[in-house]
Amino acid sequence: MHEQPHDHVSHDQAEPHAGVRPDADDTLGYYQLMEIAVREILIEKGLVSAEAVRSEIEKMDARSPALGARVVARAWSDSAFKSKLLEVGNDALEDLGLERGSYKLVVVENTANVHNLLVCTLCSCYPRWLLGLPPDWYKSRNYRSRAVREPRAVLREFGLDLRNDVTVRVHDSTADMRYLVLPARPEGTEGWSEKQLAAIVTRDCMIGVAVPKALHRGTEQSA
Amino acid sequence: MRSHHDMGGRSAGRVEATEHDYALWEKRVDALLVLLSRVGRITTDELRKNIEALGPDAYDRMTYYERWIHSITQTLIQRGVITVEELGRRMAQVEARHKDEHR
Amino acid sequence: MSGEGTPQAVAARFRPGDHVKVRWADAPGHVRTPWYVRGHAGVIERVCGTYPNPEELAYARSGLPAQPLYRVRFVQAQVWPDYAGRPLDTIDVEIYQHWLEPA
Repeated sequence: MHEQPHDHVSHDQAEPHAGVRPDADDTLGYYQLMEIAVREILIEKGLVSAEAVRSEIEKMDARSPALGARVVARAWSDSAFKSKLLEVGNDALEDLGLERGSYKLVVVENTANVHNLLVCTLCSCYPRWLLGLPPDWYKSRNYRSRAVREPRAVLREFGLDLRNDVTVRVHDSTADMRYLVLPARPEGTEGWSEKQLAAIVTRDCMIGVAVPKALHRGTEQSA
Repeated sequence: MRSHHDMGGRSAGRVEATEHDYALWEKRVDALLVLLSRVGRITTDELRKNIEALGPDAYDRMTYYERWIHSITQTLIQRGVITVEELGRRMAQVEARHKDEHR
Repeated sequence: MSGEGTPQAVAARFRPGDHVKVRWADAPGHVRTPWYVRGHAGVIERVCGTYPNPEELAYARSGLPAQPLYRVRFVQAQVWPDYAGRPLDTIDVEIYQHWLEPA
């Protein structure tokens, strides 16, 4: 997606930036035009404010898989929290000082014999308040079509090969629930702090296309 | 008739693990949906319905947030929050303004 | 959850463990019951609560009375004729009560 050089949230008149010369044929895409127009009209009608738009984007930017990783790390460290998370997920989030979210959270637990995978075949439902915005592949035709029908093949494409004695449970987020996979705590993490545990929990582990690996204690893995 | 968006189980290709940093305009679209829902001017299901109504070609051709802004706009028109006329006039103004700035 | 319905919410008919079948139907509109489970039998995994009907919300109507929503668990090998996974593999789908019948 081409970022407009003078794209400000608060106003759309381009401000001259010292040293930046815009392209002569820099045209706005039709839908970008539409976005600007609709937003301006709504602001003029008093239905939204520029400040509110800015604020929502800041909140959006502040949400990342690190939030979900904290939830997982706590669940691995505290069995009472884990039980609460599995039973009344949103309440457990509040205990951690996180947004409880406006959707009911269903946390599904991976064990030695069960592996969970999340998908939204109909659109792109995703636990955004815990993981941030979903990656393109999660919203793609190929993932949405195949994750329900051939989950093991899709997992292999992500590099995850499950043993034959592992049962795969796919969850299609079709209505008002939102999901998070609670990965199984890997061996070799005994005695780790929550911070160290959280560092090995990636976004992909919480969707179910990966499992956490006990690499160097405290090593940060990329999502 | 099965709708194009209802794709669970359809044959499809390999999952390419692509992602992109969202452009500012895309985040603004997302923010608009959140804010308009909060003031009761749109629901997630209206958003979805208007995306589903795009038809297969447009659905596949448009990017994710292009579908969203199209759908938000449709919903606002359907609800009488904005009119086609004021939208058309404003889009033309924005385009002219942008051309002037990039002369 | 079960008991008397009200003008605001339909009473829940099903409980976890109940065997249900997804009604076969094919009408246009905004539907959250995916094509691939229609006509299939499954088991109620849990009662999710009652929520306004998305089929109505999609048209800016209230969606009331709210419908009970369930997670229904299906055996993958029964859903897909060519399922290549393990016999115990499952798929859980959220389905509104008005799409479910006792099996």
